[in-house]
Amino acid sequence: MDLTINGTNHTVDLPDDMPLLWALRDTLNITSVKYGCGIAQCGACTVHIDGEAVRSCQVALADVWGQITTIEGLGTPDALHAIQAAWIDQQVAQCGYCQSGQIMQAADLLARNPEPTDNDIDAAMSGNLCRCGTYPRIRAAVHAAASAMREA
Amino acid sequence: MGRPRTIARRSFLIGSAAILGGVAFGAYFVIRPTPNPLLEGLAQGEAALTPFVKITPNGITLIVPRADVGQGIASTQAMLIAEELDIDPATATLDPGQPHQAYFNAAVAAESMPFAGWDHGFVASTVRDLMGHVARLTSSQFTGGSSSVADLHETLRMAGATARETLKAAAAARAGVPSADLRTEDGHVVLPDGTRIPYTDLAAEAAAIKPITDVTLRPASEWTRLGKPYQRLDIVAKSTGTQDYGIDMVLPGMLHATVRANPGRGGAMAGYNADAALAMQGVRSVVKVDEGLAVIADNTWFAFQAAQALEVSWLPPDYPASSAEMWQALTDARTDEFRNSRLRDDGDVETTLSEATVIEAEYRAPFLAHAALEPLCATVLVEPDKVEIWTSTQIPAVVRDAAVEITGLDPSQVTVHALPAGGSFGRRLDHDYVVQAIQIAASMPGTPIKTTWSREEDMTHDYPRPLHMAVGRGAVGNGRVLAHDLDSISPSLVSSWFGRIFIVPPGPDTMLVWGAFDQPYAIPNYRVTGYAAPPLMPVGSWRSPGACSNSFFHESFLSELIHAAGADPLEERLRLIADADSRRVLEAVGAMSNWSGADIGPGRGRGIAFAHTHGVPVAEVIDVTITDRGIRIDEVWIAADCGTVFDPVNAEAQLTGAAIFGLGHAMNCELTYENHAVQQTNFHAFEGMRLHQTPRFHTQLLGLAERVRGLGEPATAPAAPALADAIFAATGQRLREMPFSKSVDFA
Repeated sequence: MDLTINGTNHTVDLPDDMPLLWALRDTLNITSVKYGCGIAQCGACTVHIDGEAVRSCQVALADVWGQITTIEGLGTPDALHAIQAAWIDQQVAQCGYCQSGQIMQAADLLARNPEPTDNDIDAAMSGNLCRCGTYPRIRAAVHAAASAMREA
Repeated sequence: MGRPRTIARRSFLIGSAAILGGVAFGAYFVIRPTPNPLLEGLAQGEAALTPFVKITPNGITLIVPRADVGQGIASTQAMLIAEELDIDPATATLDPGQPHQAYFNAAVAAESMPFAGWDHGFVASTVRDLMGHVARLTSSQFTGGSSSVADLHETLRMAGATARETLKAAAAARAGVPSADLRTEDGHVVLPDGTRIPYTDLAAEAAAIKPITDVTLRPASEWTRLGKPYQRLDIVAKSTGTQDYGIDMVLPGMLHATVRANPGRGGAMAGYNADAALAMQGVRSVVKVDEGLAVIADNTWFAFQAAQALEVSWLPPDYPASSAEMWQALTDARTDEFRNSRLRDDGDVETTLSEATVIEAEYRAPFLAHAALEPLCATVLVEPDKVEIWTSTQIPAVVRDAAVEITGLDPSQVTVHALPAGGSFGRRLDHDYVVQAIQIAASMPGTPIKTTWSREEDMTHDYPRPLHMAVGRGAVGNGRVLAHDLDSISPSLVSSWFGRIFIVPPGPDTMLVWGAFDQPYAIPNYRVTGYAAPPLMPVGSWRSPGACSNSFFHESFLSELIHAAGADPLEERLRLIADADSRRVLEAVGAMSNWSGADIGPGRGRGIAFAHTHGVPVAEVIDVTITDRGIRIDEVWIAADCGTVFDPVNAEAQLTGAAIFGLGHAMNCELTYENHAVQQTNFHAFEGMRLHQTPRFHTQLLGLAERVRGLGEPATAPAAPALADAIFAATGQRLREMPFSKSVDFA
C-alpha cells in the first residue's frame, strides 16, 4: 500500500482496516501524530488529507484518499509555519501532547476562514481536547496567526 | 539505597517523626552531605561540580530531577540554575538524572503534616523541617504537591553558584589572578584583560578542585532571567511535533504490547483462553501480568485488537458493585467508629448550634479519572544484567525499586529514563503501568517492548479521585456567620496511595480534610471532622487532592451561611479571614472584578470562593449568564499569592489551566460504577472542558508573601465552589453535588 506523507512516498504492508494513526506511529515512526482516544473524541491524531483536517484514528488505510500532511509538513523548528510561530509566541503548550492536533486543526480553519471570530474558532476547534486547559491561549494564537497570515 | 517498604525503614520513620527532642540526633545524619551521583562514571576531563551541573569539553548538562508533566518545571529548574551559573539554559542539555537521594523532596513530606499551610508557628515549622529530613533520608523523590519550586529553588541556585565559583577558581589558577577579579558571562569566565574562557574548556581543571560551596545567592534585584517573561525551553518542540513523550519511544527491534485487566479493579482472574488472540495477525504472545493479561504484537493496533479477542473469566473484587452502594458506605461511615481527625475545633460548636436554628446541607463529589491525554505507557528492555525503562513518571525511585523486585537485579543495574509526560494530574504518582511493562519485557529478554494502555484501559483502571461527601451544619445571627461545622467523609487516600508506593504515614489522614480544616477563617465556632470510610476501590492523588472536593464543600456551605445571614459574600469573607496574605488576595479579586455583590443583573450571577492550598491563597470570582442553550461562564477573575514568581508567563498558564481543570470536571465529569466496573470508558463520556465552554480569564499574582510556593494545583480547588455560587446567584438553585451537569445544562 502506498502513502504520500509530507510529499514523500512510503510503501507499507499493513491490513486495509488498520487506522492510519497506527501505520504512521508504529510502522513509519511519525510519532508527532498522537494517540489519545481512538474514537475521534480528542483530536490529538489530527492530520490533513488533501488539506482537510481528519482524525487519523478513524481513517482506515484502504480509505486514505489523498496526500497526507502531518505537522512536520506544515513547518519545522528551523522553518516555522505562521501558526507554529504564533503558538510559540503565545506560549500555548503546557504538556503539549494535544498541540500537534490543535495546530493541524487551526491550519484547516485558517485555510477556509482567514479572519475567524471567537465563535468560529470555538466551532472549529472544540473537537480538540486539551486536558491542561490551554484554551485561552489557543484562541489568542489562532487570532495572532490569522493576522500574521493575512499580512504575509 | 534501600527500599522503603522494609520493616526496618518503617520503624525508623515512625521513631523519627515521633521524637521531636531527637532533632539533634537526626541532624547528625541530615547535615552530612548526600553523595553526588554524577561523580560515578565521569570520564577524564569532565566535571560534576554539584549533583545538578555536569560540564564536559562538549557541553553543559543541567540535571532537572522534577518531572515535567506539562507544568513547565523542566524549564524553571534550568532557569534557577542558569541564573547563578550565567549561561543561556537553551544551550544546555536538560537531563532528569537517575533516581538518587541527592534529589529528595522535602516539601511534600513537610506539607503532609497536620498543620495549615498558613501556620508558620514554631511547632508547625519544626515538625515540617523534621519531616523534610526524613524525606531526604528515605529518598522520596516525588514530583507533586506543587512542591518543586518550594523545595528546590535555593538548592538549584546554590548549585549554579557553586559551579560558577568553582569554574572561576579554575580559571584563576590557570591565569594566575585572584578569583575575585574574574567575572562570568554567558557560559564564559572573563579575565581582567577581557579574555573569555568557555566553561567547557575549564572542565578538567574544575574537576580537580574541591567545589566551592561557600557562596552567596544573588538578590532578586540582580536577577536577569528569573521573574521576567521568558520562553519555555520546550515550547518550540511542543509547537512543531518534535517533543518526544514516553509514548513516542522508538527502539530498534521494538515490539508493542497492551494490557487487558479485570474490569473490577483488583479482582482475580479465574481463567482465560488466548487461542483466538494468538491466531490474529501480528500477535507474538500473551502473558500474565499484574491485574490481568498482556498481548505482545508487532504494532499497538494489533495488540489492541487481540486484547479484545481474549476470553477471560474474571472474579469480582472486594469492593461494592455499584455507585449507589458506595455512596451508602460513605453515608454509613459518619460515626465515631470511623472518625479519623478533628484538626479544627474552635469555640463551642455544640452549644452554639443547640441555641440556634441549624442550617444543614449535604454535598457530594464523584470519583474522577485523571485521563491525561497521553495514555499510560512504558518501554522496557530487560537483559540478563540490566534493565532500561523509558517512561513518564513522577516517582522514578519507586519505578527503579519495582524493576529490582521483578528482575532480582541490583538497583545499580536499573536505568530509568524519565521522559516528558503528556499530562498527569497525579496519575503518574503511581507506577502500576510500569510494573506491567517490566513484567511484559521480562517475558522476552533482549527485546525492547513498548506497552501502551488503550484509552479505555486508562479510563477504567485509573486510581481515581476518591468518592467524597460532607455534611455542613451551621448557624448565623446578627448578619454574621456564627458557626460552621463540617463533617468530611471519604475513604482514606493516604492509606490507599501511600500504601501502594511508599508506606502509610502515622497519624490522621490530613489529605482527607485538606481544603477544609486548614482554611484561615476566624469563624467563632468552627469545626472540621474527618471520617475515613472503609476502603472502596484503590484511589489516587488527583490535582489538589482532598482540597479539590473539600473546598467545594467548605466554601459552598460558607456561602450558604453568608446568604442566610444576609451578608455580602466578599465582605463577610473579609471579616472572617484571619491571615494577612489571604485577605490581600480577597481584596485583590474584589478590585479586579469591581465587586459590588452577587447580583449583576437579570439572567446573570456572580460567585466567589477562596481556598488556601499548597501554601497559596487563591480567590476566584466567576460571572455566568443563563442562555437559551444553558448556563454560560463569561468571565473568571483569579487573584493568588505564591510569593516569588520565577516564571510569570507560565505562572499565568498554571492559574488558568488549574481553574479550567477544576471547572470542567465540576461541570461535566464523573466516574460511576456498575458490576464493579467504571461506566465511562472514553472521552465521549468524560470530556472535562472544551474550547466552546472556556470563559475569559483575568489573573493577578500579588507576589507579596515572603515565601516560594508552586502553582500547579492551587487554582483548582476554589473553581467549583465559585461556579456553584455564581449559578446560585443567577438561578437561585444551590448545586450541592458534582458534576453540576446532573442538575443544570451548560451552553
